Amino acid sequence: MPTRRTFLTQAAAFTAAPLLSPAASASGITDVNIHLHRWPHHRLPHDTPTALADHLHAHGVAQAWAGSYDALLQQDLTAVNARLAADCAKTDPNLFLAIGTLNPNHPRWQDDLKRCQQTHGMKALRIYPGFHRYTLADPAFRQLLEAATSARIPLQIVAQLEDERTQHPALQTPSVDLKLLPALLKDIPEARIMVLNASSTMIHTALQPAPNLWFDIAKLEGCGVLETLLQTWPIEQLAFGSNAPFFYWLAAKLKLQESALTPAQIHTLTHSVFL
Amino acid sequence: MRIWDLHCHLTGLPGLTPEERATHLLLYADRVGIERLCVYMGLRFLQNPTPEQLIQQNNEVLRALAAFPDRLFGFVYLSAEHIETSLAELERCVAHGPMVGVKLWVAGRCNNPSLDPLIVRAAELKALVFQHTWIKTGGNYPGESTPDDLVALAQRFPSVPLICGHTGGNWRLGLRAIQHQPNLYADLAGSDPTAGITETAVAALGPDRVLYGSDAPGRSFATQLAKVHGADIPESIKQKIFHTNLHRLLTPILTAKGIKT
Repeated sequence: MPTRRTFLTQAAAFTAAPLLSPAASASGITDVNIHLHRWPHHRLPHDTPTALADHLHAHGVAQAWAGSYDALLQQDLTAVNARLAADCAKTDPNLFLAIGTLNPNHPRWQDDLKRCQQTHGMKALRIYPGFHRYTLADPAFRQLLEAATSARIPLQIVAQLEDERTQHPALQTPSVDLKLLPALLKDIPEARIMVLNASSTMIHTALQPAPNLWFDIAKLEGCGVLETLLQTWPIEQLAFGSNAPFFYWLAAKLKLQESALTPAQIHTLTHSVFL
Repeated sequence: MRIWDLHCHLTGLPGLTPEERATHLLLYADRVGIERLCVYMGLRFLQNPTPEQLIQQNNEVLRALAAFPDRLFGFVYLSAEHIETSLAELERCVAHGPMVGVKLWVAGRCNNPSLDPLIVRAAELKALVFQHTWIKTGGNYPGESTPDDLVALAQRFPSVPLICGHTGGNWRLGLRAIQHQPNLYADLAGSDPTAGITETAVAALGPDRVLYGSDAPGRSFATQLAKVHGADIPESIKQKIFHTNLHRLLTPILTAKGIKT
């Protein structure tokens, strides 16, 4: 039970607390979860490549792995990926790392994989099973995972983008059921997968640590969520992701302060070695 | 920057007692610079508590308040399903106890005039009234209020400040609903940190009707603080949202109770 003395000590601490403590003031951050272009049905702050680049630089981001919101609904993913690659290169090639999108329900999606890797030089690809209406149990997903693994290109699976309770009625997309993932990764041990926007519940109910599985922190919630998670999950397989510009970028950064993390843990978290 | 958190709970924290739960809540709050926290409901969430459970829930908050009187404010949990018990709890916890506000959740929709005696008595006691609201794409719980429901209540009590919990969850619609009802205030807590919520709230309501809250520990303080720290608004307005506006709303009851802050 805190005493008057401990309360006064705490009071002095919070009145002096800066927005970010020194331990959480990481720099040269790699943000693994960024999107360029327009959210489908409303404008977001910083939703032009230049504005987003300025915003990320101001927060100390050195590299941002960028997908495109255009990939959610547009069916010509060849064009979407080409535009994303061009915009990343034109805006800030040192900051933005273009992450193309595949949809295994599209004819000849294998051509998109080749173009992303060989034409655009992309180092990872992103998939949206919720928006593109398939599950991880579908044979098409397994084919895609095997093809990406053969091509030695890692995959980012977007588990969700928006709270189902606030989604547009005409665009309701289910969260991805991740329960099959551990078995798939066991079957295909060379695959490398990073799940984006997984919630704490998804992780606790569906996932277990595996050497080829990562996820990001953007959608994790709860007091001290990172220090709690690190009791069961290796820090090397967590990555700093913000889900910006849909989320306030600072939401991810302040999680580093809310949990008791060492400078070494913060460095590991903010400098992902997934790629 | 002084920060008071409008919206906290004791569920989902380590510890078996209210005192232990509050200790953990404050541990995290201290790391992110939060000075005072409003706490309501007990050790577990009960959407439609019995009268006995309602009393138990409030007893748990009273224990947390006793342990940390300089850090926590308590709101008494009332139910539209149990008006007599709720009136008695108002007397016990606010009139004769340390609590300074009222929490209404999802037992019944707040547009129902049967709730009016609670608002009348809360206003007499200067207790700040907080009503949970949501507009869920998939549909609300049967007793879950929408911001429109709260507007109906606010129109019956135009001189009583009322807080629109979660700003309706779907804040674009929630802000539209409450915009022209000047005694309604927006609680930013308990939704994803979607960019633009705070800027839009300030544009719709003005800087004096927007309040920071977290809904911790279910939500991170981090994600909810970011809605204000990360907003493209002047620092002076952030200070209003973080502290000044809530302080102003609580001043009448704090003064009446002789609580110094």
